[in-house]
Amino acid sequence: MKQMWIRVWCGIVLAVILGGTAAQAAVELNMYYPVAVGGPITKVIDDMIAEFEKANPGIKVKAVYAGNYDDTRVKALAAIKANQPVQLSVLFSIDLFELMDQDAIVPFDEVATSAEDKQWLSSFYPSLMQNSKAKGKIWGVPFQRSTIVMYYNKDAFKEAGLDPNKPPATWKEMAEMAQKLTKKDASGNVTRWGVQIPSTGYPYWMFQALCIQNGLELMNQDGNQTYFDKPEVVEALQYWRDLAAKYKVMPEGTVDWGTLRQKFLEGATAIMWHTTGNLTAVREGAKFDFGVSMLPASKRRGSPTGGGNFYIFKKATAEERQASLKFIKFMTSPELSARWSMATGYVATSPAAYKTATLEKYVADFPAAAVARDQFQYSVAELAVHENARVKKLLDDAIQSVLTGAKPPKDALGAAQQQAERVLKPYR
Amino acid sequence: MRLNHKTARWVNAWLLLMPAAVLMVAFTHFPIVGGFFASFFSTARQGRPSKFVGLDNYAYMMNDSVFWQVLGNNFLYALGTIPLSVCLALLMAVWVNGRLFGRAVVRTAYFTPTILPMIAVANIWLFFYTPQIGLLDKIRGIFGLASHSWLGDPGTALACLMVLAVWKDAGFFMIFYLAALQGISPELEEAAVIEGAGRWYFFRQVTLPLLMPTTLFVVVNATINSFKLVDHIFILTKGGPDNASSLLLYYIYEVAFSFWDTAYASTLTVVLLAILGGLAVTQFAYLEKRVHYQ
Repeated sequence: MKQMWIRVWCGIVLAVILGGTAAQAAVELNMYYPVAVGGPITKVIDDMIAEFEKANPGIKVKAVYAGNYDDTRVKALAAIKANQPVQLSVLFSIDLFELMDQDAIVPFDEVATSAEDKQWLSSFYPSLMQNSKAKGKIWGVPFQRSTIVMYYNKDAFKEAGLDPNKPPATWKEMAEMAQKLTKKDASGNVTRWGVQIPSTGYPYWMFQALCIQNGLELMNQDGNQTYFDKPEVVEALQYWRDLAAKYKVMPEGTVDWGTLRQKFLEGATAIMWHTTGNLTAVREGAKFDFGVSMLPASKRRGSPTGGGNFYIFKKATAEERQASLKFIKFMTSPELSARWSMATGYVATSPAAYKTATLEKYVADFPAAAVARDQFQYSVAELAVHENARVKKLLDDAIQSVLTGAKPPKDALGAAQQQAERVLKPYR
Repeated sequence: MRLNHKTARWVNAWLLLMPAAVLMVAFTHFPIVGGFFASFFSTARQGRPSKFVGLDNYAYMMNDSVFWQVLGNNFLYALGTIPLSVCLALLMAVWVNGRLFGRAVVRTAYFTPTILPMIAVANIWLFFYTPQIGLLDKIRGIFGLASHSWLGDPGTALACLMVLAVWKDAGFFMIFYLAALQGISPELEEAAVIEGAGRWYFFRQVTLPLLMPTTLFVVVNATINSFKLVDHIFILTKGGPDNASSLLLYYIYEVAFSFWDTAYASTLTVVLLAILGGLAVTQFAYLEKRVHYQ
C-alpha cells in the first residue's frame, strides 16, 4: 500500500516537472542579419520581432546584427560549422550558390508545402526571385531588397544652370552634366564633385549596373561562367575610369561606400549612385532639395537587384523550420514589407505591399520611394556564381586596380577572367 | 607503497604544470600541428571530398600574386610601425618621467589610445581620413590644399593604417618604458653629474643600456603586433584598394572565412607561423647578447 502511494506521488511529481518544461519549451530561433546602410535599422528589426513574438507566444526570435553582408555570411557559416544553433538568417541574395555548395540551406519548397504557402511564395516580384532559384527550387525569400538608384542634389542642378527635374538619362549626359556640376574654389581645388560611384564594399555591384547598361550580363544563369573580358565589359570599366581620369568629375582613387551618403548630404558631390536602401536616411538628413532617378543608360537602362534574402538552414529541426517559416511569412507580409520599405527605402517585395493604404499614401507624397520599384522592369539578377566570394573578389580587385590608375581595364579584366575560369571550371 | 622523494617531486612538478600544459596543447600546439597537416590536403567542396595533394597548396601559393603582395605589405608595415612606435614610446616616457606641470594629465592622454577598442578607434579614424569632409582634408583645406582620397589611393592606404597603429601602440609601450625609467636608481644620475657627464651622454651611455631588457620586450611585442593586429583593416579599407593595404593575417582571414578555402588558409598560416617563429628566434638570439639584465 505504502509503495503504491510512493509511486503515485512520484508520478505526480514527474508529471508536474514534465508539464512545466513542456509549457516553457517555446521554439527558440536564432538569426543573423546584416546592415549595409545608414539609419536605425536594428531598432526597426527589433520592433518587428517584438510584434511577432507578441502574436506568437510559442516562438522566441533572437536576431543578431552581424555587420555587412560578407561579415554576416562568415558568422552564420562559422556558427553552423561549429554546431551552434542558428536556424535562419538574412544573407546576401547572391550567396545562394555558396550556401548550396556548403550544403547549408534547405529549399523553401520542402518547408512551405501547403497551398497557402505556395501562393505566398509566388506573391513576390519575379525580378526579386531571380536570385532565389537554382536547380528548379526556391532557396531564398526576398526581404531587404534594393536596386541601385541615382540620388541628385536639385539645388546644385539649379546652381549649375541645369533643369532640376531632368536628371541625366544617358552616360553621355551624365558626364556632361557632371562637368557642369563640378565646382572649384579660387585655388582650383574641387569643392563639389559632379558624380561619385562607390567603389569599396560592393564595387562589383555598381560595375554590374554599368555592364547591364552597356548590354551584357557578367555571368551565366548556372553560375559557372563569367564574361569579365568581353569588349562591352572593358568599355564599361573604361567609362567608370574616365569619369575621374578624362572628365575629371569624380575623385581619383576609390570612393568609399560607407561615407558616400554623408558626402552627398554635405554637398560634396552633386550626384551619387547608391542603394535605394539609403533613401529614408538621405531624406531625413538632406538639408537641400534632392531627387531620385533610375540609373542612366548606355545601350539600355539597367541595375542589378541587390540585398538580402531569408534563408532557412538545414541544421534546423522540422519544428524549427516551421517556426522559421511562420516568422519569415510574418516579416514579408504586405503590411510589414510596406513598413520596412518606408523605414529604410528598401523596395517592398510584393505588389500587394504597394497596394497597402500606408505605402500607397507614402508613395503619393514622396514619389522617389517608387523609383527603385519602377526600375524593376530593367533590372537583372546580381552577380552570383559558385565560390561567389572568391570570384567577386577577383572582380573587385580588378575594378579597384583600374580606378586607381594602376592597370588599364583590358589587362585587369583579362587577368580576373583567367583566374575566375580556374575557380569555376570544376562546377561545369 | 611510498614513492621515493625524487619521484614525488617529479610528479608534483608535472601536476603543477598540467593545467597550463593541457590548455596549451589543446588550443595552441594541436591546432598548429593540425594546420600543418591540413596544408597538404585539398579543401572539401560539395561532391569533391578532401584529398591528399602533397605540395600543391604551396605551389599555388608561390604563384599567388596576392600572397606576395600582402607579404610585402606586411614587411613594409612592420618596418613603418615598429621603429617609429618604439622611439615615440621612449620619447614620451622620458618626457612624462621628468618633473612637469600636469604630468598625470599628459600620462593619461598618452595612454588613452591604448585603452580604446581598436574597432571603435578605426571607426573614428575612418572619418578623419574621409576625403572632402574628413578632419584631415578640412585641415588641408585651410591651407588651400586639394582633398585626397587617403584610403582610396593605393599609395597612401597602407600608410594610413600605419599611422593609426603607431598612434595606438606608442602609448602602450610608453608604460613599459616609464616603469623601467622609474626603476633606474637616481644615484646613477647624481654620480654622472659629479663626473661631469652631459645629459645626452648620460642618456646614451647609462639610461639606454639599462632600458635594453624593456626594449627587447617591446620590440618583440611590436613585431608580433604588426603581424597579429588587423582589426582596423576590417573597418578602414577591407584590404583595398586592390589589396594595397591587406596584410598577411587579413588575407588568411579572407581565404579561410570568406572563400572557405580552409586548406589554402592552413598553408598561409604555416608560413605566418614560420615567419613569426623565425623573427622571435633571431630577435632573442641577436638582441639577447646586447641586453644587460641588472
